[in-house]
Amino acid sequence: MSGATYKVLAAMSGGVDSAVAAALMAEQGHEVTGVTLRLACYGKQPDNPRACCTVEAMNDAKRTAMTMGFPHHTIDAEDVFKHRVLQPFVDGYAGGRTPYPCALCNQHLKFGDLVTRMELTGADVLCTGHYAHVRILDDGTAGLFRGRDADKDQTYALALVPYAALARTRLPLGALTKTEVREHAQRLGLAVWDKVESQDLCFVPDGDYAGYITDKLGETRGTAPGDFVDASGAVLGRHRGVIHYTVGQRKGLALPSSEPWYVLAIDAAANTVTLGRRHELESAGLVTDAMNWLTATPPADGTRLMVRIRYNHAGAMATIRHAAHGAVEAVFDADTPQSAVTPGQLAVFYDGDRCLGGASISAAMRASGTPVGTGAPEAPISETNA
Amino acid sequence: MIYLDHNASTPVRPEIADAMDAALRTLSANPSSAHREGQRVRAAVERARAQVARFVHAREGEVVFVSGGTEGDHLALVGTALARRDAGQHVAYAAVEHHAVHGAAALLHEFGWTHSELPCDADGRTIAASVDDLPAGTTVLSVMLANNETGVLQPVAELAARARARGIRVHCDAVQAAGKVPVDVTALGVDHLVLSGHKFGGPKGAAALIARAGAPLSPLARGSAHESGRRGGTENVAGIVGLGLACELAAAELASQGARIGALRERFEAGLRAAIPDCVVNGAAAERLPNTSNVSFPGARADHLLLALDARGVMASAGAACASGAVEPSPVLAAMGVSRELAISALRFSLGASTTADEIEQALPLVIAAVGAARGTGVRA
Repeated sequence: MSGATYKVLAAMSGGVDSAVAAALMAEQGHEVTGVTLRLACYGKQPDNPRACCTVEAMNDAKRTAMTMGFPHHTIDAEDVFKHRVLQPFVDGYAGGRTPYPCALCNQHLKFGDLVTRMELTGADVLCTGHYAHVRILDDGTAGLFRGRDADKDQTYALALVPYAALARTRLPLGALTKTEVREHAQRLGLAVWDKVESQDLCFVPDGDYAGYITDKLGETRGTAPGDFVDASGAVLGRHRGVIHYTVGQRKGLALPSSEPWYVLAIDAAANTVTLGRRHELESAGLVTDAMNWLTATPPADGTRLMVRIRYNHAGAMATIRHAAHGAVEAVFDADTPQSAVTPGQLAVFYDGDRCLGGASISAAMRASGTPVGTGAPEAPISETNA
Repeated sequence: MIYLDHNASTPVRPEIADAMDAALRTLSANPSSAHREGQRVRAAVERARAQVARFVHAREGEVVFVSGGTEGDHLALVGTALARRDAGQHVAYAAVEHHAVHGAAALLHEFGWTHSELPCDADGRTIAASVDDLPAGTTVLSVMLANNETGVLQPVAELAARARARGIRVHCDAVQAAGKVPVDVTALGVDHLVLSGHKFGGPKGAAALIARAGAPLSPLARGSAHESGRRGGTENVAGIVGLGLACELAAAELASQGARIGALRERFEAGLRAAIPDCVVNGAAAERLPNTSNVSFPGARADHLLLALDARGVMASAGAACASGAVEPSPVLAAMGVSRELAISALRFSLGASTTADEIEQALPLVIAAVGAARGTGVRA
């Protein structure tokens, strides 16, 4: 992109990362317009510095734009957020899954709604503050690659973005570490340079998801007490409602035992939470929902790839096979079964540093290679079958 | 860049900037000081007071300099309510009033006052007869002369006559009207009236509240005897000089500019209607300010339209945006009964003294293109 100047639509949350991304584009001479999407989360509660979408966050984004001398606008995306991110989040928890809303937010808001807004300004490219690279490959297609700062790499959260959007995307932070980003912010005189980093979901800054869903949103599904059972179906005790549990959870089960219990599976339809011992948490593989491939052609059956099963997961090698409805079955290498494969979290596949795409995990596979629970891989991909 | 947001603020006229620059450089004493330098500054303030008084047909002693329309609205509404609190603790205002009036009523609410809103018709005109329905104990009514979003002129004289018959004092927010249409505080028959310099060629931060002789008013900023005890605080001398000159210059050009700008506005609306047949000019059936055009573009959303217009170099505004940028229907359009779909697609274009026929011809295709782009990507909310 040397030499050429672009009309850039820069997604700005109000945080330091997106501020520096936009500012660097402006500094390079591109014609930047900053946009903050108002998602309605915590809009009238400016007291939490980590919450996005507060009036304060909007003002922080505006201040960055003013410092750098480019225009900034706020766009209302409340409806899209509500229907494409918040509702699936609630439905997921109510259905016994542990959803990962950041991926949906990237898919439907920043790389969805906002991409459709590029026409409004005649923008050539979209710029965000994610720690990842977009590279145009030798064959002219685009690819998503892990950022240089391994701790900050955000390819996992970008795995669901529409592939077509990648070629029009610039991620200026891919080559930077967080420390360097803050240094750039300071050098450019951006007031957000030392702003606290968001740690949790922007719309649930205290991390109490169940409390948010039941108290704030008034959700009642998944809140009825039911039975803790073991793998054989024997009742071990009572749970507080499936919404309060996630696969792999050990704390808060309130079951006296010499050896700790872990949540193995959650069946919202039967209102049971299956518990077991630590070794029972291990899975031989996983089944996904319909995949979002960030490649021109998906990898062939039998390809051995690295897969990450949660945001901070280091990754494990697995062999993939395509299943019905765009789903994938991934079988981990026999010597590295993975613990706590959690339905609702993403399975994201990598070939070296390249992120090939991902999908929500639909089910874990037992050692035998069959999925845990009722859902076979052939089942409709939207069905919750953990 | 084509600036069609003169209702938000209009450029300071060069001769006013020069006068203010001179005032800043040469009028350095405090106008309250007894010495001759103080008297020289006082003379400049009083000259401006006379200019403002002439502009609205008031007496010099009735002009109280304040910082802006919002302060003037608060002083008039809260000040009158406090002064008359023994007569009742209820205030009234037109539903289409500016936020500043709603805010002053909300402040009074915190201290126990209640309030009523006067409804308007589908064209945005406040229904004068509704004054008769106000509860006993209503002490003050606030009604604007021209609406800031639609430009619709309000029947202030009739409202004031009905209010006066019931012993209700009347405040008139003339911030958007002053400098665009004639303002005669005596003919309107109101007790208080506020105007603001930056709406007609003067500076921001300088405004005047006309407080008619004998109208009860309890001052809010106290502790010193500025403005005859009605508003404490050292005067914004340069701003006041600018405001006074803006009044004098506007008075001389009111009729000619009104006709010129009105013709440009008609051309603008005709161009939009021809290209976008389903666009709706809000308040079109009412008598309006000559410069204001509030247009709904169904199927597009105001925030998207503003982004698209800004990218094309056309500066306009949405009456619909709140502080955080949410697209919420404007209370003014809601009071007129405008549907949600039309209200969230409404933009305000406001012309000014610097607007030329060329600019209108250039703006039209840009606005039409922006509407096309915003409709193409529009998610119906």
